Amino acid sequence: MSLFRVRLRIAKDIGFKAMVIVLSFLSVAPLLFILFYVIGNGLSSLNWNFLIEIPKPVGEIGGGIVNSIVGSFLLVIIASLPSIPLGIAAGIYLSEHKESKLTYWGGLAVEVLQGTPSIVIGIIAYLWVVVPMGGFSALSGGIGLGIMMLPMIIKTTEETLNLMPDFLKEAALALGVPYYRTMLRVILPAAASGIMTGVLISVARIAGETAPLLFTAFGNAFMNWNVIKPVNSLPLLIYNYATSPYPEWHRFAWGASCVLVGFVLTLNLSVRIIIKRWKVRF
Amino acid sequence: MESAVLRTVGLSAYYGDNLVVKNVSLSISEDRITAIMGPSGCGKSTLVRCFNRMHELTPGAKIEGQVFLKEEDVYEMNPITVRTRIGMVFQRPNPFPMMTIRDNVIAGYKLNGIKLNRSKRDEIVEASLKEAALWDEVKDYLHKRGTFLSGGQQQRLCIARALAVKPEILLFDEPTSALDPKATAHIERLMTDLKKTATLILVTHNIAQAGRVSDFIAFLYLGELIEFGPKGRLLTTPKDKRTEEFLTGKFG
Amino acid sequence: MEIPLSNKAAILPRDRSQRAESAFQIIILLSALAIVVLLAAIFLSLVLYSLPSLTAFGPSFLVRKTWDPVTGTFGALPFLVGTLLTSFLALLISMPFSLAISIFIGEYFKRGVVSSILKNVTELLAGIPSIIYGFWALFVLVPIVRGFQMKVGIFPYGVGIFTASLILSVMIIPYAASIGREVITLVPSGIKEAAYSLGATRQEVITKVILPYARSGMTAGILLALGRALGETMAVTMVIGNSNRLPHSLFSPGNTMASVIANEFTEATASLYVSSLIEVGLLLFLVTMIINVIGRFIIKKISIGA
Repeated sequence: MSLFRVRLRIAKDIGFKAMVIVLSFLSVAPLLFILFYVIGNGLSSLNWNFLIEIPKPVGEIGGGIVNSIVGSFLLVIIASLPSIPLGIAAGIYLSEHKESKLTYWGGLAVEVLQGTPSIVIGIIAYLWVVVPMGGFSALSGGIGLGIMMLPMIIKTTEETLNLMPDFLKEAALALGVPYYRTMLRVILPAAASGIMTGVLISVARIAGETAPLLFTAFGNAFMNWNVIKPVNSLPLLIYNYATSPYPEWHRFAWGASCVLVGFVLTLNLSVRIIIKRWKVRF
Repeated sequence: MESAVLRTVGLSAYYGDNLVVKNVSLSISEDRITAIMGPSGCGKSTLVRCFNRMHELTPGAKIEGQVFLKEEDVYEMNPITVRTRIGMVFQRPNPFPMMTIRDNVIAGYKLNGIKLNRSKRDEIVEASLKEAALWDEVKDYLHKRGTFLSGGQQQRLCIARALAVKPEILLFDEPTSALDPKATAHIERLMTDLKKTATLILVTHNIAQAGRVSDFIAFLYLGELIEFGPKGRLLTTPKDKRTEEFLTGKFG
Repeated sequence: MEIPLSNKAAILPRDRSQRAESAFQIIILLSALAIVVLLAAIFLSLVLYSLPSLTAFGPSFLVRKTWDPVTGTFGALPFLVGTLLTSFLALLISMPFSLAISIFIGEYFKRGVVSSILKNVTELLAGIPSIIYGFWALFVLVPIVRGFQMKVGIFPYGVGIFTASLILSVMIIPYAASIGREVITLVPSGIKEAAYSLGATRQEVITKVILPYARSGMTAGILLALGRALGETMAVTMVIGNSNRLPHSLFSPGNTMASVIANEFTEATASLYVSSLIEVGLLLFLVTMIINVIGRFIIKKISIGA
């Protein structure tokens, strides 16, 4: 082989590597752009009143997002209450009965549910809750978000339990501990950090969801703690204000975006850092 | 023959369609150490796992024949009761990683939801750790997790955990195979001391260990019980050719 | 420490513990069953509420290009076209980037600070709510596209199919990249070493050995990213222009299946209108389901094989 060809191949090799590196960094650039943009535009509207007041009508200065924060909080609670225990229990079944037919179908259902577009979940929550109750409500939005949480919780539970070494279970059973106590008091505590990670990441996910709330939680300009009345949430507020024609509402929406992104990213980051420390080592 | 504390009658065990223990009938004497010896994969572990009904936890596992604990049929009893009366120490030390040393010792009570008052608890912890010859090494670290202990210490912690619920029989499934020689010697000495407290059954593929520790030896080959007798007799004048071949290192 | 044996029986009340045992088994069984039932119920509800539209329009729903609430004629073709255009365009744009990240983390820099930063940043990208992407696109991408359109002399909508594809491509990179990395690390080192020993350069090993070997996994990654793109709602809704006419170019405004539901569902009052929107939802559900199941199936097959 001629020296020239070898040099050409080496040059191609270097060029390829450079291209991979450049493209990789280009593709994470949007994160930086978005973060800078959100912080740059939103930080100026952030102050104490912004966090504790409810929004003011168009034209009036000031106002805040406390009703959206409360609404988001309510929605997350409503979604979590049924979904966390149900998801963990289903995850236990899937990991403990690997041969069963139900595990096959359940696993498939989890995959499909996870891939189901959030707007479709919104329709379902509308049909199942809003229609029978005759109106938009926090409850309907929470149920929609709960359905979105389920597959994530089931999957992390199943995956974490699959990583638990057999000896843990054997050690407890050989002491004469009944199976259900072994699962609840030995296996689940040992898997707790993994399951918690899944739960918190899914909370971060649903806290940022808008589509399932458009025609369920609907939005509300006022403070509301009542679960059968419409509530606002941070993403809903951002959507409504961002698509409005008023520049001061846009600034308001940037401020709310700052809070939402801050919440979601902090949750994501702290989960990765803190939970690792709790992890039970074998 | 001394009084039998554990007795099997025509015991066979399967994994799926695989017959791994073939028609074993055996009587284990009280307060003695019986070694179940044989080459790897001969079904020794499966056999003892039938005694405390751990075998049935493996998917596809099946059992035929009977096992008697004193006069009771083990397979008529609640498996949970069986396992509190027949304790087990495993190949690899397996303390509960999320529990403190103290909680590990009383895990058999804690996990079963039995409340012990403080003095009772401390009494059980101290006595069990002393029996397992671990007390002096860990008495100042009872509130710490057991994961920093050495392999041998962890194994003794597991022995203390098994002793704490006062089993009548203690199964040792190759308890030293994951340990270094020094820790092994420690555990073997401990086993001889424990004879006073419980009947011991030791699974081992190591002839020397069976010779050092046990009173009786059962030789198992390809799932069959080939020979059973006092260790002196079995090790010096085996009746079966296969036992002799194993003892002289022809296989295993 | 005398605990008489008789106590043990008292300690472990046989009936109670057995009752708790079966209760536990029943609870986890019912929970697993609930997931299957939930999915079936979602599908059946969508079908049930689509019935008026299904019976009124039949299969022509898929090929009719008018969507007119005033006259009550509903055809989903503009949204099908809008969805396919945005998704495939987004896939096309994102492909070189996600492939580059997969190769970067999966082959060039498997460990180390840089790759862990890159990995974490892509995961964070996946964690940003889509409403934020939409908001950002509306205020940053739309003006850029509008400027470009003015320069080349197209009507400067700013919003439209192309803008939606751009923001979608940013959003699907993390998904495609994480699957791509997984399948690249599954390539056995033996065949890589064999290629090196024959004198191949790293670039040749990557393009001629690793990527062909990981082909089916890459396909799965593309499918799953496509599934994400098809169902993405908020970001697309905010920048696609919400026009119910069949798009005539990549720069014209349009609507996707998801965005038309987001836009019109609360306004829809006539029952046929609502039902038609739900039928669009049903279509979206079925398409994403098929794509996801195929993608997961491929992934499962190759991870068992490895």
